[in-house]
Amino acid sequence: MSENPPADAQVVVGLEVHCQLDTKSKLFCGCSTDYRDDGPNTHVCPICLGLPGTMPMINKKVIEYAMKVGKALNCEVSEESEFSRKNYFYPDLNKAYQITQYDKPLALGGYVEIEGDDGKERKIRLTRIHVEEDPGRLVHMGNAERGRYSLVDYNRAGIPLIEIVSEPDMRSPKEARKFLNKLRATLEYLGVFDSDKEGSLRVDANISLKGSERVEVKNISSYKGVEKALTFEVTRQKNLLRRGLKVDRETRHYLEARGITQSARSKEQENDYRYFPEPDLRPLRVKSWVKDIALPELPDARRERFVTQYSCSLNHARTLTGELKMANFFESVVAQNKDACALAATWIADTLTGELNYRDMGIESVDPAKFASLLALLKAGTITDKSGVEVLRVMLDEQHKGETVETPDVIVKRLNLARTSGDDGVLLAAIQEVIRENPKAIEDYKAGKKGALNFLVGQAMKKTRGRSDPGELNTLMTKALSGLE
Amino acid sequence: MSALRFEPDDKYNAFLAVCKEPKGGSGKLSGIPVAVKDNISTQGIETTCASKILKGYIPPYDAHAVALVKSAGAAIAGKTNMDEFGMGTSTENSAFGPTLNPRDTGRVPGGSSGGSAAAVAAGMVRMALGTDTGGSIRCPAAFCGIVGLKPTYGRVSRYGLIAYANSLETIGPMAANVSDVSLLMSVIAGHDKHDATSQDRPYTHTPSADIKGTRIGIPQEYFGAGVDPAVAAVVKKAIGRLEELGATTVPCSIPSMEYALAAYYVICTSEASSNLARFDGVRYGPAVETKKSWHAAFQDARREGFGPEVRRRIMLGTFALSSGYYGKYYAKAQVARENIRKDFARLFADVDVLCGPTMPTIAFRLGEKSDPLSMYLSDILTVPVNLAGIPAISVPCGTVQDMPVGLQIMGRPFEDERVIDVAYAYEQGGQP
Repeated sequence: MSENPPADAQVVVGLEVHCQLDTKSKLFCGCSTDYRDDGPNTHVCPICLGLPGTMPMINKKVIEYAMKVGKALNCEVSEESEFSRKNYFYPDLNKAYQITQYDKPLALGGYVEIEGDDGKERKIRLTRIHVEEDPGRLVHMGNAERGRYSLVDYNRAGIPLIEIVSEPDMRSPKEARKFLNKLRATLEYLGVFDSDKEGSLRVDANISLKGSERVEVKNISSYKGVEKALTFEVTRQKNLLRRGLKVDRETRHYLEARGITQSARSKEQENDYRYFPEPDLRPLRVKSWVKDIALPELPDARRERFVTQYSCSLNHARTLTGELKMANFFESVVAQNKDACALAATWIADTLTGELNYRDMGIESVDPAKFASLLALLKAGTITDKSGVEVLRVMLDEQHKGETVETPDVIVKRLNLARTSGDDGVLLAAIQEVIRENPKAIEDYKAGKKGALNFLVGQAMKKTRGRSDPGELNTLMTKALSGLE
Repeated sequence: MSALRFEPDDKYNAFLAVCKEPKGGSGKLSGIPVAVKDNISTQGIETTCASKILKGYIPPYDAHAVALVKSAGAAIAGKTNMDEFGMGTSTENSAFGPTLNPRDTGRVPGGSSGGSAAAVAAGMVRMALGTDTGGSIRCPAAFCGIVGLKPTYGRVSRYGLIAYANSLETIGPMAANVSDVSLLMSVIAGHDKHDATSQDRPYTHTPSADIKGTRIGIPQEYFGAGVDPAVAAVVKKAIGRLEELGATTVPCSIPSMEYALAAYYVICTSEASSNLARFDGVRYGPAVETKKSWHAAFQDARREGFGPEVRRRIMLGTFALSSGYYGKYYAKAQVARENIRKDFARLFADVDVLCGPTMPTIAFRLGEKSDPLSMYLSDILTVPVNLAGIPAISVPCGTVQDMPVGLQIMGRPFEDERVIDVAYAYEQGGQP
């Protein structure tokens, strides 16, 4: 046990990410991929059912999409790649083999840039990207071990996937999460991936503490899940080492609901998939095609542009470009409010994001025009920041409940949120009231206690329900107090 | 269009399913009943590959070749018997009993398209579709005394052919004479968007008996050890007749031939082990015992459903593909295959076709070849063509002991027309 690594050993993480490419039809037949709201086995044909005698035909769009991903992730797209059969028996595997790429994948190498835990940009290297078909899905009546029976749904069979395999270059669960976020953003920018679709991304994670055995955590199906599963593993493995035990090389499953990993029943022996080239498909040659693959603006480029074009801070730019919808939202808001870039960046990256997260809502539920007019009210000084948040909350709540969302103008009027100003008498009246109600604080103030002023301004703020500007209130209060002397 | 009645007097067990009132239409094959080998999918007609494991399976779609035959007006007369999943050279390996050779019911019709050949030879149908993986069209054509063409790989779509060994097999026409084979070929050849290996090479040929100047290579291996001298003599005589008709002959050699059989059996069993894995009782065939765990249930269904020859080949292929052995067997077989392809290409630089016997012997007696190896050895003259993907035809060229002998004519890739012409020339002018 003396060769055991120390319990604070470096974490090493590598990921295998399966992404569903968002094409209209399946990888090897014309069946629609849009099956999620439909009944089981409604999007199937002889080919994707793997009926005897059927043969696969490659969907060109899938290859185009996969090449886009390869290019965008700085891979070398292979001029010639090949499909192979991975043979194994499973009830949801229609042909008892999966058509995938084995020793000649579509793309090799490449990297994803992330912000490392040390705050510096880091390149996470990629091993390969390959194309494969998804198998069907089993629905167990009861559970897999003791259920009375299982049903098979082949709607998912033949859905195009790419598998992106990274090198073990991530040093923490957080970096793994960042890698995935960057990957998702890139795929979304490319228009080849819809992360909102159930099961669109599935991850197998390999994790080890340097010098110790590697553990594979299988089938993690959420972004948060990856970080959680890995964090659990780091703790578990460190604890083992701390107690002088060793980490077994094994496969574990992540139990999403409980946030833990659990050892999969150890297999008696390694599966032999008996890979061999798929005789029904010819090698895939893309030499001239790959040159014509054009890439749109990608997250890094857009982030840089946000910094230069809109003077966003790097942090804001990172948040705003981290999701395609967010970036698009920002730009459509800014387009309507050209001189409110800074305001828009802060309000979207910080305030709006927080409010959306709290409600578990997506950015697509916010109308950029209405949001822009809210910013206009703020910019013009019609309402204070505090009132702005209140207006925003009203809008989001209305949206959440499915009610008609009012314009910020209407909300401001209805709730009487317009900023008070010195000359409409409201502020002065509030100040007089506060002075009357708080003789003790006045005494303190007179005695030179600094805190008393803040207290009094706060009280006055309360009376105006956030409609007043703290600075202005402060000036007015000071003036009123000096009148008392 | 026409409603036919088809009630053959099937004394030979040629058919596994008969369509009593097959519907025809109009077109090139209007009103012609065509029999289809039972490994080719026919919509609405039980298709079993002569295996218990597919008993009751009714495909919901037509194979591309079947759809073409139908749209040319032919009537699908029924499904013909075969060696289970195409594995065999005698049609004795059918789960539903062997087919008998109409020329001598004590003998096998050859395989694996034995049912199709017998149906044609007995006059029950004018034409039939067969499939050829290592000689499965040519062998029964030779044994039953009919004509059978194994087209160039990719010339006829395999879509709907229940795969045994994808990279080797092809669907092809069988009939009593070359003209009918050519006619059926003209219907089934061409590109199919469902088959990625299919080529856009339609066949619009009318056979011509003019073979003046055709250069014929005679590979010495086709007359070597294992070839019955009586059969060799008949075939040599037939080649002599071709010379009289204006062809010239050139002796030649295919050195890679000695590896052909080994390479063939490694490749076909490897592919078969993968192709037949889907027959697990979950989707078709006899249902699995659901109270058992998956793998136990699959094992039972497959042990019950597959015959001994199929099980043997699955095991051989599984072994050949397994890690640690892949390089030793499958990869090596592919190298041998490439050498065979090169040997043929080299020969075809000098000659237009190659000729030799289709089979080393006449049809064997039922049960005569009881050990698998001696059966495998009888494929020696047919498998090189499949490894190279080239076209070859078998045309009757005489008899030995009153049993027919086949002349095999092999051609360059996509020169199916030329092998048809040579066969046609022999057929028209063969008997002096």
